[in-house]
Amino acid sequence: MRILIVEDDPILLDGLTVGLKLAGFTPDAVSSCADAEAALRASDYEAVVLDIMLPDGSGIDLLAQRRREHDATPILLLTARDQVADRIAGLNAGADDYLGKPFDLDELAARLRAIQRRGSGRASATLRWQGVVIDPATLSVSRDDLPINLTRREFTILRLLMERPGAVIGKPALEEAIYGWQEGVESNAVEVHIHNLRAKLGPGIVQTVRGIGYRVGGEQP
Amino acid sequence: MNSMRARLLVILLLTTGAVWLSAAAWIYWSTQARVEQVLDARLREAARMVDSLITDHRIEIASAAEAIEGLDVERMTDEPYSHQLSCQIWSLAGSLVGRSEAAPRERLASSDDGFSQTAIDGETWRVYTVLNSERGVQVMVGDNLKVRQSLVNDVMTGTLLPMTLVLPVAGLLIWLSVQRGLRPLDRMAALLARRHANDLRPVDLPDAPGELRPALDAINGLFGRVASARDREKSFTAFAAHELKTPLAGLKTQAQIALASDDPKTSRHALEQIVSGVDRSSRMVRQLLDLAAADANEERDVAGAADAATVVRDAIRSVESLAARRNVGIEAQGLPDGKVACDRALATTALRNILENAILHSPAGETVRIAASTSDQKTLFRVEDGGPGMTEDDLAHARARFYRGTHHDGAGSGLGLAIVDTIMRRAGGSLTLANQEGAGFTATLHFPKA
Repeated sequence: MRILIVEDDPILLDGLTVGLKLAGFTPDAVSSCADAEAALRASDYEAVVLDIMLPDGSGIDLLAQRRREHDATPILLLTARDQVADRIAGLNAGADDYLGKPFDLDELAARLRAIQRRGSGRASATLRWQGVVIDPATLSVSRDDLPINLTRREFTILRLLMERPGAVIGKPALEEAIYGWQEGVESNAVEVHIHNLRAKLGPGIVQTVRGIGYRVGGEQP
Repeated sequence: MNSMRARLLVILLLTTGAVWLSAAAWIYWSTQARVEQVLDARLREAARMVDSLITDHRIEIASAAEAIEGLDVERMTDEPYSHQLSCQIWSLAGSLVGRSEAAPRERLASSDDGFSQTAIDGETWRVYTVLNSERGVQVMVGDNLKVRQSLVNDVMTGTLLPMTLVLPVAGLLIWLSVQRGLRPLDRMAALLARRHANDLRPVDLPDAPGELRPALDAINGLFGRVASARDREKSFTAFAAHELKTPLAGLKTQAQIALASDDPKTSRHALEQIVSGVDRSSRMVRQLLDLAAADANEERDVAGAADAATVVRDAIRSVESLAARRNVGIEAQGLPDGKVACDRALATTALRNILENAILHSPAGETVRIAASTSDQKTLFRVEDGGPGMTEDDLAHARARFYRGTHHDGAGSGLGLAIVDTIMRRAGGSLTLANQEGAGFTATLHFPKA
């Protein structure tokens, strides 16, 4: 799950990047409003972690600006000012959730998954299709109750495909979802991951729509 | 007397009363004088008339005095004032020739001619005497002063009675006027009483009278100062919360990573981040305490005297380990003589913060230079670094608390220059910041000499 982290403290930013990567996210990190705005225009994120006090402005202003521009990306505010009035101000400006510093990394990950889930219009925490069950919270996958081990990127691809069974997702979108800025994309990486996924899940789950991309489900071949 | 209303009321009642009383006295005296004048004129006329009647032989001397009665009744028909005039005619030899009915038998006048006053049977008479040498008589016409007095008294009663009856009404009107006149004060008091403790907006009393303006302006001025002090406190608290909680969040996150990760490289990286995070947090805490100390000293006079050379030595010693870690050299160009007019600990804190900034912004391998110079009144510490300097915008805001610059690396707390600025202003000195030509940055502390 591709997310953007906006935080100006280098140690916390490093911790968020490493920690959320461990929790199965694909994070990009910026430390100012200006960089955040540029990143949000350039890429699609499934969620944003946003600090309020940034060196070049307030995260709340950035948030309000994005909402004015009809950007519905789920945003979680991260701040030291966790008084009730501040939380209300943040939520009123269009935040989807609010977490006071210091926080628990697992709670942050759970809340990010929750706002992403709500953003994609889904209530259940797990995704199911034809005996395949995935749980984004624990990064676990099973088919017919047999657990399957996936790498983080294989998991991300499977989750994206299972969000909307039948919908075709192109290779560039999958690449963007699994690679942050710092990571180089190998040209056949997506094909390799799809190949591994099929090997682990068994046949009939992930289909190739030639020339367009991949999907889970749809009419059986 | 603490009530303005009661005071105003008493003052107004007393002054009104005094005006009223002096008006009464004036009326009394002037009525008396007028009555005297008019009645004296009547006495003279009456006496002359009787005298002329005698001289012309138009009337017997003995009955001449009675003529006055007709005159009297004719003139004063009102019952209370009749029989006012009495007339006696005396021979020059001293015998009473004739008298009017109301006249006493005793001689009315003591003098031979003109006005005189005589007391007869305890009553005072005012008399006009005409000497008629041709017929050898004296004509005396007089009236009783008691009657004159009762005339004045009647006038006074007629004037004062209505005035006295009106007095309570006047008091009531004064009371109502005072009430009405002080209403703006009541309105202001009510406005202030209704206020919430957190409401520090200026008091708005659009039609306040000019007399209330100074008080209102003073109150609004006070509100303004309290509000801005509270805002500063609020934003300081918000900043301090952010600055203290953010490193804690970083530490917790890194610790959770170290605990959760199976990868030794990741764990090690997280632990290193924790160590550097603790270093930064302790610097932040120390700076917050320094700032509190500098602020607290605003309360009392701290004009101590610190040996300039000791300040430089202490400050350098406190940043040596930081400089060694960052691989930045420190070069002091001669130690200054004399003393600076500042508390030693505060002066050292100021210089140390400047040195820390210089070290943190210098590229590795560079040297931070500190030079001291003295003039008649000042001792200057100049600290130069080889760093990138500040933008114009940063220069303008550098002294604000928690301002960290638009391109900070996260290492600073944004408090260093705020602390230095507070200390320098406190010591009566100043802090100047300037980019050097080309590259580098200079911060100068101007201490007054002790």
